[in-house]
Amino acid sequence: MSKTVLEINNLETFYGPIMALRGVSLRVEEGQIVTILGANGAGKSTLLKTISGVMDPEKGDILLDGKPIQKQDPDRIVRAGVAHVPEGREVFPFLSVAENLAMGAYTRSDTDAIPNDIEMVYDYFPILGERRDQQAGTLSGGQQQMLAIGRGLMTKPRVMLLDEPSLGLSPILIKEIFEIIRRLNTEMGVTMMLVEQNANVALHVADYGYVLEIGRIVMAGEAQKLLASEDIQEFYLGVTGETQRGQKRWKRRKTWR
Amino acid sequence: MDFLQLLVGGIANGCVYGLVALGFVLIYKATEAVNFAHGDIMMLGAFVALTFVNHEWMGLPFWLGLILSVIVMGVFCYLLEVVVIRQLFGQPQFSVVVLTIALGFVLRFFAGVIWGHEPQSLETPMAGKTMNFGDIVLGYDEAFVIIATIILAGGLYLFFARTRLGVAMQAASQNQLAAYYMGIPVKRISSLIWAVAGMTAAVAGTLFASKGSIDPSLGLLGIKAFAAAVIGGFGSLPGAIFGGLIIGIVEPMAQAYAPPGYSQIAPYAIMLLVLVFRPNGLFAQIQQKKV
Repeated sequence: MSKTVLEINNLETFYGPIMALRGVSLRVEEGQIVTILGANGAGKSTLLKTISGVMDPEKGDILLDGKPIQKQDPDRIVRAGVAHVPEGREVFPFLSVAENLAMGAYTRSDTDAIPNDIEMVYDYFPILGERRDQQAGTLSGGQQQMLAIGRGLMTKPRVMLLDEPSLGLSPILIKEIFEIIRRLNTEMGVTMMLVEQNANVALHVADYGYVLEIGRIVMAGEAQKLLASEDIQEFYLGVTGETQRGQKRWKRRKTWR
Repeated sequence: MDFLQLLVGGIANGCVYGLVALGFVLIYKATEAVNFAHGDIMMLGAFVALTFVNHEWMGLPFWLGLILSVIVMGVFCYLLEVVVIRQLFGQPQFSVVVLTIALGFVLRFFAGVIWGHEPQSLETPMAGKTMNFGDIVLGYDEAFVIIATIILAGGLYLFFARTRLGVAMQAASQNQLAAYYMGIPVKRISSLIWAVAGMTAAVAGTLFASKGSIDPSLGLLGIKAFAAAVIGGFGSLPGAIFGGLIIGIVEPMAQAYAPPGYSQIAPYAIMLLVLVFRPNGLFAQIQQKKV
């Protein structure tokens, strides 16, 4: 039985009066890729922001390796081992690629190992190595996403939170980035929590999946099972069933309601 | 030779403007708000140096006084950020602006109470000494101002480009949210930036005081420095120094060659021209976010 890296119990987070997370519980085992699926406004990013400490939960616990980390400042949570690769890349536009990566290692005290790790990131993303002295703001969207992931790796995380890495990228780039995500997981054993709208790609790379709707987990299961589930196929993968007339006349109800 | 003489004096003045502008830009980059009290912080730095150095006060050696004043102002600005400015974290930028304007009045008032409103001059080893290059007369004080500015600007450049803390400061100002995600302690960094800005203001104030007399309304010079920062493209450190030099040089030139009164408006006229023709300033950092 593998070890639980991240455990979340009954998490409730508010935006002012609006309840964005309505009691979310989930767990991430060591070495797994766990994906959170959900539409816009389901609370996926809020969940990640609450874990990484940018937002504080009203109720509930977040346990990293069994120790509570909720309501702490983000820099302490990073030190504890949570790396957040934010939605929309958020690189430091006027710093070079190398400086961006070095900032990922800001919280680390083992300064001798940092150059080695930067080289390791260049191994996974050769294009970043070629452009190491270029300003990050001048990179293409896909390269910025690679840089954001590499910067997250530099914190040497116990668990890496990836917020929509496919956002705004072409299908080929999405494939490339997800292949690297899978390699990082299998070769380096990086545990990941992956938030995605692109359910198809996410479920193919993940081991386990949760479905988040309006702040609640409505479904959970092995990624393979979710892929096969009719609800997921209908509402997240866009597969429509065959009917006699070749078109659908009714709207399916979600069976979890 | 008149022209060159004016140029030298203008550069020396411009260095002071540039250093104050540098403080504006530093704080703007860190907190996204303009600190309108910065001119008054410079004034305070000048008076603190004067308190350490002048004989009727403590009578310490000039260099020691300069260093002490830099330290005092660094600590003062650090605490100012922690105790006052940080309370407005998350409030609209406008409230920070109003707060700093009010802060300027308060500082001017206290300076008036402590040091009086009479112009005073700082006792420096450079006072009255000059060197001659052909027909050009270069005061020791002017040379001191120029050299000190070069050293300080170079030191700041190395600090921001080479040290881990300096790069983290840049990172926090470029993308505060991402800096949070990377575990950079953004709040402490913004206090430290205030401290750095206060230290440059102390140097600027001392340099200004070593060239002429100071009184509590000295802080109004901050408006010219503000214009310098705008010319340089608010947000660029080399731009701030450059903008300061432009204003410093143009002022005496306008005084000498233009009809009377024009030198007063020349800095702002240049600022308007820059805003019309290069709205982002001369050294703008143009950023386009890719989605």
